[in-house]
Amino acid sequence: MQEAVTVNPAVRVRRVKAADLPHVIALDTRVTKIAKAEYWNGIFSRYGKQRSDERFFLIAEGRVGQSAASFMGFIIGEIRAWEFGSSPCGWVFALSVEPKMRLHGIGSALLEAISAEFRKAGVSKMRTMVAREAHLPMLFFRSEGMMAGPYIQLEKELD
Amino acid sequence: MRLQVSTRLAIFAILELTARDGRHLSVAEIGEKYGVSSHHLAKVMHVLGRAGLVRSIRGAGGGFQFAGNARRTTLLDVVQLFEDLTAVEGAAAGDATREERTLSEVLGEIDDIARATLGSITIATLRKLVDRRPAANGQHLKTGVSRRRSSPRP
Repeated sequence: MQEAVTVNPAVRVRRVKAADLPHVIALDTRVTKIAKAEYWNGIFSRYGKQRSDERFFLIAEGRVGQSAASFMGFIIGEIRAWEFGSSPCGWVFALSVEPKMRLHGIGSALLEAISAEFRKAGVSKMRTMVAREAHLPMLFFRSEGMMAGPYIQLEKELD
Repeated sequence: MRLQVSTRLAIFAILELTARDGRHLSVAEIGEKYGVSSHHLAKVMHVLGRAGLVRSIRGAGGGFQFAGNARRTTLLDVVQLFEDLTAVEGAAAGDATREERTLSEVLGEIDDIARATLGSITIATLRKLVDRRPAANGQHLKTGVSRRRSSPRP
């Protein structure tokens, strides 16, 4: 990938590497309070190694001097087509930023980077799904200009 | 969802006051843009002032200034000052029949979505959405408040 247009010049966004996985797992565990290393290993296999023209697992790292870099967060998405009757569209299904580093444009840089990948792959729309009570992610995606789409998510309890 | 004229005015007034950092405007200046009386707008500003969202600047060149945090204040915070968003929940509490409870559940779903939407848009986000639109002529702004009572496009 080409490097993203940097919202914050101190942030660099690149493809995930195997060495990033412990940082991803640790961040997710701290944020969600649920350890799920096996899940992340599977995600890395599918989104970090396969079909890289339509699957994007990106890492944000800090630019400290010219060499040392610190892990700041990650975003994962892919292009899905014709599910629910939808034409090809970019889906963002995971985004997380180190809590101490929030409000510094890292989430924006990650979203901008994956948007650039989606555009490059030929899609012109991006979607995500947020729980109604997930106030911070909702505020973030809204501030990035995302609006309610034409689909309504439905569910029921299975007896 | 329909908002009362006072609610829409409150949102517009805050948008005007947050157009530039530290900007202050008189009710006459805001009222002129939206085609409403200073008297009506003064009542709206009083409610916003009590909620700590605006402060009045006294003296020559005075007016009102935004006093909240535009990145933390949501449309829900403003709308709740003027609208009763708990009406459906209140009705559900008094429902006696299965039919009433079922209808209330469906209406509650609509209410929940409306609250979630209003609660997810901050003043800063709304300002950004406004600034992205090409400038419109003044006429439609005036009719938006004084003649049309329907809610803005979502």
